[in-house]
Amino acid sequence: MPGRLEPEPLPRRDFLGLSAIWSAILAFVAAALGAVRLPMPAVFPESNSRVKLGHAERFPRGSATHLSDLRIWVYHDAAGLYALSSVCTHLGCVAGRSKDGTFKCPCHGSVFDVAGKVVAGPAPKRLNPLELSLAPDGQIVVDTRRFTGAESRLKV
Amino acid sequence: MSAEETAKVHEEPPRPARGAISAYFHNLIDLPWNVRDSIIRHGAPTSDRAKSQAVNQNFFLHILSARIHITSLKFWTTMGLGVISLMLFLLLVITGVLLMVYYKPSINQAYDSIKDIVFVVPTGRFMRNIHRWAAHGMVACVILHMARVFYTSAYKRGREFNWVMGMVLFVITLGLSFTGYLLPWDQLAYWAITIGANIAQSPRELTDALGVTAIFDVGGFQKELLLGAHYVGQEALIRFYVLHVMVLPLAAALIIGAHFWRIRKDGGLARPEEPVPSHPPALGPSGKDGGTKTWGLMAVVKGKTGNVGDEMANTIPAYPGALFALAAVAMAATAAMLMLGYYFDAPLTEIANPAVPENPAKAPWYFLGLQEMVSYSAFMGGVGIPAIVVLGLALIPYLDREEEEPGIWFSGPRGRKVALASAVFTTVFTIGLLAFTVKFGWLRNWYPDIDQIMITFFNPGTLIVAVFALWSIVSVKLTNSTRMGAIALFTCFFVAFIILTYFALVHRGPNWDFYWLPSQWPTH
Repeated sequence: MPGRLEPEPLPRRDFLGLSAIWSAILAFVAAALGAVRLPMPAVFPESNSRVKLGHAERFPRGSATHLSDLRIWVYHDAAGLYALSSVCTHLGCVAGRSKDGTFKCPCHGSVFDVAGKVVAGPAPKRLNPLELSLAPDGQIVVDTRRFTGAESRLKV
Repeated sequence: MSAEETAKVHEEPPRPARGAISAYFHNLIDLPWNVRDSIIRHGAPTSDRAKSQAVNQNFFLHILSARIHITSLKFWTTMGLGVISLMLFLLLVITGVLLMVYYKPSINQAYDSIKDIVFVVPTGRFMRNIHRWAAHGMVACVILHMARVFYTSAYKRGREFNWVMGMVLFVITLGLSFTGYLLPWDQLAYWAITIGANIAQSPRELTDALGVTAIFDVGGFQKELLLGAHYVGQEALIRFYVLHVMVLPLAAALIIGAHFWRIRKDGGLARPEEPVPSHPPALGPSGKDGGTKTWGLMAVVKGKTGNVGDEMANTIPAYPGALFALAAVAMAATAAMLMLGYYFDAPLTEIANPAVPENPAKAPWYFLGLQEMVSYSAFMGGVGIPAIVVLGLALIPYLDREEEEPGIWFSGPRGRKVALASAVFTTVFTIGLLAFTVKFGWLRNWYPDIDQIMITFFNPGTLIVAVFALWSIVSVKLTNSTRMGAIALFTCFFVAFIILTYFALVHRGPNWDFYWLPSQWPTH
């Protein structure tokens, strides 16, 4: 034990003071973290991503149909139906489809070919093909949040 | 104290000769003067001492020191840019609060409420115009103010952290502008939030390339935090509204206060040590008594010399000289905004249409350089390079610690040469790179199947940053001075910012394609 004249390594008062300050800081940090939790939504306000598009007759073979509200293009080729999201994978603008079938994004100039593959510009990924399915009533259903493979087709 | 005296203290005060009722009426008559004297608790400031008091005893004025060095009031010392920025901020607060009276932060009503403000509300269009021009003016002044502080080495000698606070204010100013132009919920607003939120999500570009998005998704987290949803809608509008009218202005006001306070605490504006007197030195304390008074060094002082006696020689009382100067600058700034607001309307595009963006969808001028960067890579252009630039700027005072006289533009002729050389180099290099990119494209055009991560790390934007960094290191080596290296780097980024802004403003057209002039854009 240190004698009275030798200073303690950490005097008792300093120790208590430091503990008080650090517990206060810890409490503030914990409170701040708790406060940041609030703006992080637990439930997302969104409507159903599955939308009925109508019957197959709406999309005749060889056609490309623009559904602008859903920001998708629905194609019908020899193998069947498929849907392509026209939302640019770069920063979310809607790429416009030219007459030759390629897509160009107005915001930062990404270019996608007929199949949705990136040809030029900053887009990191191809345009997303969306999952199509058949509802029990025979209507075609698109899921705007479920991406599928580029080769996937819905046979009709 | 004797017993007799104690008794006296407890005695009633002598009755007023007139009687209480009469005194009451006299007080009523004197009310205006007494109220004035209670607010301003000193006489008319005629002596220097009283002038000091006038500044020190006023909550608002004591942000100034009692005496101001005459150099501080010279035009080239600051060009008034900091004060103009502050004045524009105040104008923005006033017009902003007025706009809040009618604006409705709801996606169904926001656009119509702006139309109401423009077409129905008395003076609404004028207030909105002032708000808009002051916002643009503030961004411009804050950037120019930063350049002024940098080039006059006013970030040294205890002012290091004030420079960092300035950087925070710069970011807040941009944040205020961004959150502001989202509120009308027009096409510009909608697609700006969309792009902004996706830039916040763009770290995914990196995590996707590394294949770790499933476990570590910073991008997705940031986007959800900003939008409160997975798409741009009501939740997003409210969030940006709260940021714009409450969180960011409050933060700005707080930091602006500290920013100004520190100027005073650091001994006023940065200035050269011995200014050339432009008029006979005023009578200081050492002159008053015929120069017989001698000074002793009684305290530990900063700097190399005691420099006693001359301290007061070139200063004037802040009241009223500096106040007049401040008021003149503030009035000029306000007048300019009123003129702009009167003659030029703030734009309002069509109502937000989530199906089709405008083509081209251009950001306001101060983000156009970024938009050009983002058109090379979302993550590097939107997150990586801005972070490097802001962090790099904030670190300047800590990486360049050379002792030198502050308040001298470009630190003298050598710095002027370095700045000029850097400006010429940046102009040639940046224009050359842009021309190359427009003519030949970039990696994806040459190797269609190239990995995204290659483009993320090697694109015109990152190339510019790397070349500038190299240029500044070479400058440090050639001049053997970190200050010269800092001047080189800052000049590079400043000039590149101007060139990129110009390029995106004039030469980018529909689908972000290159055009010589907007008049050549194709029409539908």
